[in-house]
Amino acid sequence: MRALRAAILIACILAGWQLLFWWAGSSALTSPLDTISYTLQLLGTPSFYPHLAETGQAFAAALAIAISCGILIGFSLGLYRFAGEVGEPVLVALYSIPKITLYPIVLLAFGIGMPAKIAFGAIHGIVPVAIFALGAVRSLNPVYAKAARVMRMPPAQIASHVLLPAAIPEIFTGIRIGFSLTLIGTLLGEMFASQRGLGYLLIQAIGLHNVRVIMALTLLLVVIAVTASALLLAVDRRLRGRAAGTT
Amino acid sequence: MTGLLTAGRVRFSLALALVLLLEALCRFGVIDRFAMIPPSEILWHLGRILAGGTMWPAIAKTLTNVAIACVSAIVAGIILGTLIHRWRALRETLDPLFAAYYAIPVYAFYPLFIVIFGLGDMPQVLIGFMLGLVAVIVNTLNGLDRVPRALVKTARIHRLGPVATALQISLPFAAPYIFTGVKLAVAYSFIGVIGAELIMSRTGLGYEIGFAYNNFDNAVMYPLIVLVLAIAATVNTLFFLWEKRLLARRRR
Repeated sequence: MRALRAAILIACILAGWQLLFWWAGSSALTSPLDTISYTLQLLGTPSFYPHLAETGQAFAAALAIAISCGILIGFSLGLYRFAGEVGEPVLVALYSIPKITLYPIVLLAFGIGMPAKIAFGAIHGIVPVAIFALGAVRSLNPVYAKAARVMRMPPAQIASHVLLPAAIPEIFTGIRIGFSLTLIGTLLGEMFASQRGLGYLLIQAIGLHNVRVIMALTLLLVVIAVTASALLLAVDRRLRGRAAGTT
Repeated sequence: MTGLLTAGRVRFSLALALVLLLEALCRFGVIDRFAMIPPSEILWHLGRILAGGTMWPAIAKTLTNVAIACVSAIVAGIILGTLIHRWRALRETLDPLFAAYYAIPVYAFYPLFIVIFGLGDMPQVLIGFMLGLVAVIVNTLNGLDRVPRALVKTARIHRLGPVATALQISLPFAAPYIFTGVKLAVAYSFIGVIGAELIMSRTGLGYEIGFAYNNFDNAVMYPLIVLVLAIAATVNTLFFLWEKRLLARRRR
């Protein structure tokens, strides 16, 4: 039944796309069939893979930084009550500001190329991870904390053996959101300051009004993003299911 | 209350210390003027720009577009959320889309909008709207999920129709959750509109920032960046205070 609903949803999207194509004409977009075939053609082109690799590389680095720093920040603010009171409003404010506005500063600080892309992706993803990690520590079952204290565990061990396992479901939700924002940040970084990558190809196609490339890249990015998100969501649900079972 | 004041005071002190540190680093040449001008100069130039008036059309344009995108997303989001909530099958069909929605690089659709609507305001508003809409829908659904059965039964006893039930009972009860969606919509609208302006545009704050950057004009670029951040933070704070007031009234 779930698969049937997913199929219906996809069919509706494709139908809507086809109708939009008929209405807007080929100067605006290409039809679903043309787009899919051109995307496959693009994937078959050797010169395309350096761009794909570059984006993947930058994104992976940015995500690693966002997750590790985000969890570190979230745990630090969560463990020390006063630090949390000071820091949480700052995190919430950071979440709401349009970080894209900071791209000139990022470029001036990191230069044009890979470092800027990684930095740009990371600053997009780090805040949601930190916020969810903070929330996870806050909502930790007091019994765990007391048990750890009774056993006289050192702080590092408390963090790795008690906090992290208990907080994983919540943190993973933050990671899932962080994933999305990091991807967007990385692509934006490529659009503004790079000579390689999917974002660069996209902005180049925009400049040349190359509708086929624009549509193909958009489809590819959407498929990649949705697939990854679905996988992360499945893992998220499994983690929560296990956590619920434990409690 | 003492704790809250103290936390706020510490926060302010840290921010002030950071600004002073930046000022010192810039003054002593640790940070190249090419990279960044001192905070005091940024503020001075900001005052000059605001007093001069040449940037006001760009400011008005951006804020207008953000407001349109945001309000549209909120209204449409609440309506759609309410409708989807009443139709279980539709809800279950759309859930995967909502879950994956923010992984989709919405900016990738910007060129499509430009081709269809031309290089004007509509593509930017649409990007902001698209980013904000689903946040409102999802939070509206979350809120409506939590309406107690007792309230729904009370509505039925009084023979309220679906619209009356929604307007008088369900939506008011779900307000706190919807408000979360509203705040997110505000943030996403800013991100969407300004991001679109930076990518390709003829006017607006985002465009002016990009233009100044490309011309190495730090005297214009930094003040505008500070202005955008200040506006976004101010709006966010106002909504936060408003929400606090609403919740306080509910708690009473």
